[in-house]
Amino acid sequence: MSAMLEVEGLEVFYGASQALFGVNLQVREGEVVALMGRNGMGKTTTIHAICRILPVRAGSIRFDGRDLTGLPSYRAARLGIGLVPEGRRCFPNLTVTENLTAAARPGEWTLARVREFFPRLAERSGQFASTLSGGEQQMLAIGRALMTNPRLLVLDEATEGLAPVIRREIWQAIGALRGEGLSILLVDKTLAEILPLADNCVIVERGRDVWLGAPGEITEQVEQDYLGL
Amino acid sequence: MDETRKEFWLNAVLLIGLFATPVIALMIDEPFYVTLSTRVAIFALAAVGLNIALGLGGMVSFGHALYFGLGGYVAGIMAHHAFSGVPMVFGLSGSDQMLVIWPVAMLLSGLIAAIVGALSLRTSGIFFIMITLAFAQMAYYFAIGWPTYGGEDGLSIFVRNQFPGLNTMQTWNMFLLAYGALVIALVLFAMLRNARFGAALMAIRQNPERVAAVGISPFGIKLAAFVISGMITGLSGAMMADLNRFVSPSMMSWHTSGQLIVICILGGVGRLFGPVAGAAVFVGFEVVFGGLTQHWQFWLGLVLLGVVLFARGGVIGIIAGRERHG
Repeated sequence: MSAMLEVEGLEVFYGASQALFGVNLQVREGEVVALMGRNGMGKTTTIHAICRILPVRAGSIRFDGRDLTGLPSYRAARLGIGLVPEGRRCFPNLTVTENLTAAARPGEWTLARVREFFPRLAERSGQFASTLSGGEQQMLAIGRALMTNPRLLVLDEATEGLAPVIRREIWQAIGALRGEGLSILLVDKTLAEILPLADNCVIVERGRDVWLGAPGEITEQVEQDYLGL
Repeated sequence: MDETRKEFWLNAVLLIGLFATPVIALMIDEPFYVTLSTRVAIFALAAVGLNIALGLGGMVSFGHALYFGLGGYVAGIMAHHAFSGVPMVFGLSGSDQMLVIWPVAMLLSGLIAAIVGALSLRTSGIFFIMITLAFAQMAYYFAIGWPTYGGEDGLSIFVRNQFPGLNTMQTWNMFLLAYGALVIALVLFAMLRNARFGAALMAIRQNPERVAAVGISPFGIKLAAFVISGMITGLSGAMMADLNRFVSPSMMSWHTSGQLIVICILGGVGRLFGPVAGAAVFVGFEVVFGGLTQHWQFWLGLVLLGVVLFARGGVIGIIAGRERHG
């Protein structure tokens, strides 16, 4: 089966300085892929390029066989890429419900279903997003991405800066989405939490993908070389 | 009392107050105040239009006088041709029917807003302000330089345009029309704000990139809002021309654009009844202080300064608390 998302030889620049020097990765239908690497190695840059927030200098991004490289970000989102951005970027001055409905696109994920999935969002529906706790904002960001009925969910540092109890709750939710067969591209640094969820791992180092394999194949040596702090 | 309920009651007071003022004025035989209330309603209508772009979408249009004046000239020119019997362009005859004039004013304003918006919404911040201003000033100088319809002297409407079943020459009937249009516009504003469209528009004001990341084209939503905004302001212009039975280039000048922004700020930007409160304060100042001194705008400026510095929610914000506009 050919991959749903295929990234080949991706090169991205910030102004004159090159950030990605040829990243390759694939996400197949129903698969969870973890994109790993140390800080500043190009994880978020890769994701932003896939979501068309950053311009692509060279290489290709294909989604369902369709080239995304020239599209604006809203077109990529409409094709089915749902981004949960780093830092839980909700719309602070909209209510929880408004945050969700603004993003809604027809599909099986409706307001009712998102509220069922995250009961806390149902409790907070009339509250402004800025008054939510970090964990609730993260749920809202995920809920908002689900409202677009994505075929691929992209999660950038979904649990960064959250309390352990909340982290567990978020990971459980992501696990449940995986169980439903949603394709997910995960970016995170905490191996212990993402490895049980991932079907495949891609490690980036200085703007290149340097290792690809199943989570079980990550040896101590790999960990030390590319992931250790 | 929580703030949502406070705002509800404040809105009710404004809505009923604006209706009661001319009723009382008629009872004590002071028709001047009926016309004054009509003026408030029409300015409020114009500002409701601007409030969609400015309040919900964060688009600081410094050129809404363009649509106000355009609506005015549609009313003036069509009445002029209906009066003289000479056809307008392409053999189309003029009309003295408001029900013909209003749709024409709104369609034309919407069309021009679509063109202005398509060009200016590619920019933001100060550039957006300057481009919208430039378009309005272009229209202003065009109106001054076009002698057919009075040029700098403006154009008089000899007989106020007609509305079926109402004698529009009676001040009370003219008030009813303006008030009715204002109420419809307010309902439309509330519906837009509560719909997905409104949520997306307010989200764009806060962060267009994030909105694009959830699959909404910020440009399309903003343009649609800008066009609706221009159409409502265009309608108000047609009504103002009929109220004054006169239209002149000054309706298109940057003073008028500024006035509309001032009304929004005084009342409360992005608030449902902000334009109504703002228009009441503005026209009140014009009458009360305008009668005392030629320099009433100086005092209005001081009040505006105070509002911007100390009460950014405007009148609605002072009484009903800050809602959401940051």
